[in-house]
Amino acid sequence: MSALLKIRGLKIEGRSDEVWNPIINGVDLDLNKGEVLGLIGESGAGKSTVGLAAMGFTRDGVRISAGSVEFDGVNLVTASAAVKRGLLGKRIAYVAQSAAASFNPAHKLIDQHTEAPVQHGVSGRKESEADAIELYERLRLPNPEEIGFRYPHQVSGGQLQRAMTAMAMACRPDLIIFDEPTTALDVTTQIEVLAAIRDIVEQFDTAAIYITHDLAVVAQMADKIKVLLKGDEVEEADTRTMLSAPQEDYTKSLWAVRSFERPTKPAVQTGATPVISVKNVTAAYGKVDVLHDISFDMHEGRTVAVVGESGSGKSTAARCITGLLPPRIGHIEYMGEALPLDYRKRNKMQLRQAQMIYQMADTALNPRKTIGEIIGRPVQFYMGLTGPQRRKRVEELLAEIELEPTQYIDRLPSELSGGQKQRIGIARALAAEPKFIICDEVTSALDQLVAEGILKLLARLQDELGLSYMFITHDLATVRAIADEVVVMKDGRVVEQGPKLEMFQPPHHPYTDLLLSSVPEMDPDWLTNLLESRGVDNIGDAAVDKM
Amino acid sequence: MPGLLRIIIQRLLLGLVTLFVVSIIIFTAVNLLPGDFAQAILGQGATDEAVAAIREELGLNKHPVLRYLEWLGGAVQGDLGTSMSQALFSSFTGSETGSGLGSVAEQIAPRFRNTMFLASVTAAIAVPISIILGILTALYRNSAFDRSMNIFTLSSISSPEFFLAYVLILFLAVMNPIFPSLSNIYEGMPFGDRLEKTMLPALTLTLAVTAQMMRMTRAAIINLLASPYIEMARLKGLSPMRVIIKHALPNALAPIINVVALNLAYLITGVVVVEVVFVYPGIGQLFVDSVKIRDIPVVQACCLIFAAAYILLNLLADILSIISNPRLRHPK
Repeated sequence: MSALLKIRGLKIEGRSDEVWNPIINGVDLDLNKGEVLGLIGESGAGKSTVGLAAMGFTRDGVRISAGSVEFDGVNLVTASAAVKRGLLGKRIAYVAQSAAASFNPAHKLIDQHTEAPVQHGVSGRKESEADAIELYERLRLPNPEEIGFRYPHQVSGGQLQRAMTAMAMACRPDLIIFDEPTTALDVTTQIEVLAAIRDIVEQFDTAAIYITHDLAVVAQMADKIKVLLKGDEVEEADTRTMLSAPQEDYTKSLWAVRSFERPTKPAVQTGATPVISVKNVTAAYGKVDVLHDISFDMHEGRTVAVVGESGSGKSTAARCITGLLPPRIGHIEYMGEALPLDYRKRNKMQLRQAQMIYQMADTALNPRKTIGEIIGRPVQFYMGLTGPQRRKRVEELLAEIELEPTQYIDRLPSELSGGQKQRIGIARALAAEPKFIICDEVTSALDQLVAEGILKLLARLQDELGLSYMFITHDLATVRAIADEVVVMKDGRVVEQGPKLEMFQPPHHPYTDLLLSSVPEMDPDWLTNLLESRGVDNIGDAAVDKM
Repeated sequence: MPGLLRIIIQRLLLGLVTLFVVSIIIFTAVNLLPGDFAQAILGQGATDEAVAAIREELGLNKHPVLRYLEWLGGAVQGDLGTSMSQALFSSFTGSETGSGLGSVAEQIAPRFRNTMFLASVTAAIAVPISIILGILTALYRNSAFDRSMNIFTLSSISSPEFFLAYVLILFLAVMNPIFPSLSNIYEGMPFGDRLEKTMLPALTLTLAVTAQMMRMTRAAIINLLASPYIEMARLKGLSPMRVIIKHALPNALAPIINVVALNLAYLITGVVVVEVVFVYPGIGQLFVDSVKIRDIPVVQACCLIFAAAYILLNLLADILSIISNPRLRHPK
């Protein structure tokens, strides 16, 4: 049997500053009918670029400079635009990372679903609509009869992602490219989508390229795995071989990342005054309460991980602590004394004590200021240092976050990598010499190796400076690595809290249990076993429950 | 959508406040100008007694604040006052003031109708052309067609309107007598003749307003072409035209609607030069003449019409933008 997709010597270049730089340096790939290939690597490895090139498509400013992409005998590199249009959507389909961004906000789901079949002349509008409803049902979307007639903004993220998979299936393609389809989802939602994708790909014997940076996810989905690093192929093997016996050092290092874990600290002494104490806080956006009577303490030198899915109120709690959103009821105590609820009423001393590090270092740093100015501003504002003293302090802080001061102080944020930008964010928080730092999903936009570096840095700073961290995250692996105490939130309420060891030991609150069991594991049978243990119907119920 | 209704009411009330502020500014500005109606109408050789007599006749010797309040009192009851020139004329001929031709409303009404006619004809030509050109230049962006359209529309918006007017007269009235170069329309003229006479000023204005609307359409569409849902549409194998019309345009409507509204407002308020060149009896000329002779009631009324045009068109644009957004049209 000849391969459905055959890529040979694929080289791709991207243009920056009028120069073409290599992005992909020669990748080969074979995919048979019905086969699923997992394509993994860190960001910048070129996974998505290869995925799109498999459709004969390149983004603006990117070009295929050499090699061939043969789909069922047609070389997509040399084929005319019209020939490619005839294949795209009909025989090759695409599922994007963010369904919320990839559905057109102006049209109903079903209108977008039926577009490809109708335009390609595969089926009529009515047939295609009926088929869409059937696919929605197969993908276990709630109210399959009706959900297609909603606009994208009226449907939740996990449901949209399944609707997009249904849309890719509309013409029953031979090949689907899945580009990180679950990366933007919560763990509990991710399972539903993974199960749905796996089912439907098996049912229709569709070949797929599954792009992800999450090894545990790819282990569930793929028959074979290809690892990319900076545009080069590292290795390829079938899934079980790759997981049990990776050949290359880089692959081994990827597999090893999840092993970082801090030693457990002794329990907090009873009667110790917490650095920050959240007392019975209820907060609202407008007239709607989004936090309901939450309380928890954060002690010196310890890390409290606040976990929960998006919309559970984690970040809102942080906004209450910093005074950006004054609570409606309840109050915030610093070292046993109540802080003014509104940050505008706090004095400099009080403001200094609680600093924040943000998820998106890209948007949290002013792109027009140099690193020296970004860190120097709080040094001057809070500590009153100016001139050479200020510069000296900035240099100390840079050394603290393990960046060579003379090399970085005059650079702009755009000249730094993602991990380095996040380090600058940390230095800026440290500049105020706070007791307490809120880390809002600080590693979720970073690759695993880089994220691990940031976690280690934060751990070291905590040991040296006695800092308290409130660590907001949805990633339970991170919680396991660094937390001392865990607070589990759902729908604006604290459902469970306690020391980490207790939290990871049964018995759990049912919701904590759901969260913990939903984190993908490296075992390729994990998803199958989990679905069996939960019973497939349960997942459908969970989906309805999330509505 | 009760929210929409509230926005409309709020904006209309705010619009009234704006009109009130505009009337104060205009009244003050005209008073700050050297000379008044009496001096302007009598000229340099006027005796002090004659000037004083006219001031007395028209109430110009009262305190400005009092005069403004009198005008305002009339205006809120729908009486925009009496044109000073008409009032003076009537007082000489012995007819009643405030009746017949004297009222500002009656003086402005036909002029305003003419202006609206010209604006409508221009809009009917310019808006479709701009949007179609915008779509085409977005579709064939960076092609020779795109560049030449951009150069053409930019040159036309950069040229003074009177220059465009004379060029059109030269080509379409003198060298090829297709349209008349004089647009002296009058009440009761048949629609066809009226349209023919209005054609040259309308074309001149079309040249003046097309560039902005076309370039906004093009920019708004191109702005969206990098978004994931456009990439998705292309990856479905749709034709480039369909991608733009079906997937980009509906999401680009808000900025396009806004710039169209601004240009329509310009067509109502900013066409003095074109009116002068073609001798078109619109409101712009009346306005300029009234400023010259400091005929405050007429100036006030014109300004209020201009301000109201801006307010209403912007309100309309905002309403249409809201309606074009499915998030606001179909809340969760």
